[in-house]
Amino acid sequence: MKQFLYFIRKEFYHLLRDRRTLFILFGMPVMQILIFGFALTNEVKNSRIAILDNSKDEATSRIIHQFEASRYFDIVENLNFYAELEPTFQKGQIRLAVVFPEQFQESLLHTNSASIQLIADATDPNVANTLTTYATAIIMDYQSSMEETQDFPYTINTEMRMLYNPQLKGSYNFVPGVMAMVLMLVGAMMTSISIVREKELGTMEVILVSPIVPIRVIIAKMIPYLFLSMVNIASILLLSVYVLDVPIQGSLTLLVFECFLFTLTALALGLLISSISGSQQVAMLISLMGLFLPTIMFSGFMFPVENMPIPLQVISNLVPAKWFYYIVKDIMIKGTGFQTVWMDTLILAGMLIVLLVVSLKKFKVRLE
Amino acid sequence: MNREASISVVDLTKRFGSFTAVDAISFDVKKGEIFGFLGANGAGKTTAMRMLCGLSMPTSGKAVVAGFDLYKESEKIKKSIGYMSQKFSLYEDLTVRENNRFYGGIYGLTDEQIKEKTAFMLEHLKLESKADTLVKALPLGWKQKLSFSVAMIHDPQIVFLDEPTGGVDPITRREFWTMIYEAAHRGTTVFVTTHYMDEAEYCDRVSIMVDGKIEAMDTPAELAKQFNAKGMGDVFVQLARTAKRSDN
Amino acid sequence: MRTLRILLEKEFRQIFRNPAILRLIFMMPTVQLLILPLAADYEVKDINIAVVDQDRSSYSRQLTEKISASTYFNLVNYTSSYDEALGNIEKDEADVALQIPASFEKEIVKENEAKLFMALNAINGVKANLGGVYLRNIINNFNDDVRLEWVQLPRLNPQPMIKVSAINWFNPMLNYQFFMVPGILVILVTMVGSFLSALNIVKEKEIGTIEQINVTPIRKHQFILGKLIPFWVLGLVVLTIGMLLARIFYGIIPEGSLFTIYIFAVVYLLSVLGLGLLISTYTETQQQAMLISFFIMMIFILLGGLYTSIDSMPQWAQIFTKFNPVTYFIEVMRMVVLKGSSLFDIRFHLLIVAIFGVVLNGWAVVNYKKRS
Repeated sequence: MKQFLYFIRKEFYHLLRDRRTLFILFGMPVMQILIFGFALTNEVKNSRIAILDNSKDEATSRIIHQFEASRYFDIVENLNFYAELEPTFQKGQIRLAVVFPEQFQESLLHTNSASIQLIADATDPNVANTLTTYATAIIMDYQSSMEETQDFPYTINTEMRMLYNPQLKGSYNFVPGVMAMVLMLVGAMMTSISIVREKELGTMEVILVSPIVPIRVIIAKMIPYLFLSMVNIASILLLSVYVLDVPIQGSLTLLVFECFLFTLTALALGLLISSISGSQQVAMLISLMGLFLPTIMFSGFMFPVENMPIPLQVISNLVPAKWFYYIVKDIMIKGTGFQTVWMDTLILAGMLIVLLVVSLKKFKVRLE
Repeated sequence: MNREASISVVDLTKRFGSFTAVDAISFDVKKGEIFGFLGANGAGKTTAMRMLCGLSMPTSGKAVVAGFDLYKESEKIKKSIGYMSQKFSLYEDLTVRENNRFYGGIYGLTDEQIKEKTAFMLEHLKLESKADTLVKALPLGWKQKLSFSVAMIHDPQIVFLDEPTGGVDPITRREFWTMIYEAAHRGTTVFVTTHYMDEAEYCDRVSIMVDGKIEAMDTPAELAKQFNAKGMGDVFVQLARTAKRSDN
Repeated sequence: MRTLRILLEKEFRQIFRNPAILRLIFMMPTVQLLILPLAADYEVKDINIAVVDQDRSSYSRQLTEKISASTYFNLVNYTSSYDEALGNIEKDEADVALQIPASFEKEIVKENEAKLFMALNAINGVKANLGGVYLRNIINNFNDDVRLEWVQLPRLNPQPMIKVSAINWFNPMLNYQFFMVPGILVILVTMVGSFLSALNIVKEKEIGTIEQINVTPIRKHQFILGKLIPFWVLGLVVLTIGMLLARIFYGIIPEGSLFTIYIFAVVYLLSVLGLGLLISTYTETQQQAMLISFFIMMIFILLGGLYTSIDSMPQWAQIFTKFNPVTYFIEVMRMVVLKGSSLFDIRFHLLIVAIFGVVLNGWAVVNYKKRS
């Protein structure tokens, strides 16, 4: 037992003495939380638009005023000719153009109909869609303000209630995802590199010759990263709660337990990767391409899984991070308890067991 | 400063923070001499050598190597010296021939010269059959011999060898020293560090470093007389007993 | 000159003998380009809705049918229990619940006004927003139908109607892959350019071969060029492979000229190579180099406008993006590929990236010391 503790201490020293690595492993989650929390959002606002007003009458200026006032739009160009549109788009200066035809107000008053053209830069289809929808809504609002005088019969009013995230904060979606990413990185990649490095440097053989049981060496290697992962989780949760105002609605104990479970899964994956990698470079590449990238892609936090083609959705079920992401979302943001997440937890635990068995077997074979 | 000497060093010092690795050493090495630089692990040998090769900046002191000032003309020094590091530092994913071509080219040899030298070296070291094998497939002894040849490829004035025979079998060690003698015979100054005491006997002169300082310097015969010892090994043990530093 | 040639010979030999790098160069573009764009679809569609119909009148059924007929919505549950619908949302089976209270029909007809209640899962704010807007549109349409039933057309004062026609330029099919693929190409090139080059140099440091190099009379700039050029070439190769794949699998053919793209890529690569070089002068082990490159890359990519729009970012983040070379390349790629922008249009982007290149490379050269 004592030898085991010595090994653990040595591994901690390795980790603690590499200041640069340590800095990154601590700093990365913090940086990600800050970026995701404050800079990234799928929400659309302050989009640069141009107005092409061929009419320049009271109606158009009222509508333009509504655009100015909206937080979704930022009018950056007032154009005069249709021909100016394409170059302005090509220079990348605007996302949407609102085009008023000549004699807009006249047509509206005398023929009861007039048209407005919305030209969207559909390079980013989602933004184009969203901008078009918001712009249309502004125009429709103006239309109904013209109808103010008449009181419509047979009206249906709809009341909306936003659940779990009344302020529509983007961070609610991201925080669980960042947790998954960080745990994967620290747990799997770092563990695999640490083990493979000993192989590469040749010191692994020294260890194998020593009286300590090899598996204990491996476990000793994982422990600092287990510890580091939990520290990272703590820092992420603290940041989320106090800096991003993302509350932990559900049970903290349950949340911590699930994090622990997932970290173990990540460590097991790290072990597996180390048993199939011959060099550090290879371990890094496999961790990145085979683990990290799928975690980002298929966990559901960057890209909605439900939008993916079916084969990809099937693959996403094999990614442990996906289950973890949903579990954390449920506990942290919806505030549900074990009764909702028990099945996902079971699946995650099942994955852990399978991974442990496979990687231990492979590792034993490698040793011989 | 002895400008006639191949290497002339006065009070050369290297400090890392509060730790003085090399403490004001001074010595001259004559042209064509085989100068042995001895000491225990951690005594400062490698640090001193790295300074002379222009790999590490001295903290203080003066040195002239191959006629050039260590501080101001270190790049000129590099043209005239060869170096074999303690840790194997040639490219394991290149073949013997490719390593030669690379370093020969870097030192400005023409293609003709490189071919000539390579042929000579392959024959001399009996490496012909392995000329196109990747270096990583060579056994350690041959790797060391290859390193030495590459260090000599441009016929430098001085060649610095850091523990060149570390870990090789006795026969290879003899072969190595034969090569060193041949080089010295041709006029190359050989500056070699080692902790094999029997090799110390092969040198023209030796210096022994303890805790960063040179505690003894003379021919092996003289040192033995001085310390009333049976051989260099004995001299070394006597001096090493006074050492405060050990394995780094 | 000859020294440089010899250096390059050695570098290329080593690269081609390294199976990991080769695999990376060919597999990475393939995997990323084939799978990522398929996975990355942010469009809001297939919103799962649970309708709570406590009225069970012909109006409530008509409304429900209208909703389920819409392409935006997927009717997953039709129940009379609001709790059940909320449970659907909790279990992620539904994104929205619409409650049609009892006497809905009666109230429209008799009281002239009826109320509906919508509850939306707002964890994904954008989805909730758009979902709400779409659902409201459907309800309003239904409302108009109801009115038309009861009120004869001539009795309604003719109201001025504004017709809004929306046109999509540059990507008329609203193909999300057209948006993602150019961005992914940028990431690929960036990774080869900075990541691999940093690792390569640090590896020499870690295994000790750099000592032998430092002891030779080789000049700093020769060594550095010898390291830059191979990865510069590799970056362009990866770009070419990527563009071929984009053309074959997604039918993406640049609107603008290939020449423009390559010119920009050449300059851009120099700047990210400079970054890789710089990182290598500050790290001792491959692990450190990898982590730091990764860390920096992650920041650059996230804040480069690949996934989310720069316009929506707060002021401080937008300022940061101005110092991020990735931002410029992503913009340029999208501009040239989709909009056919010309070299002239992107001249500022080119200039800025060139300046980055000079600064980063200069800094790295100054930092690199043959003598420590």
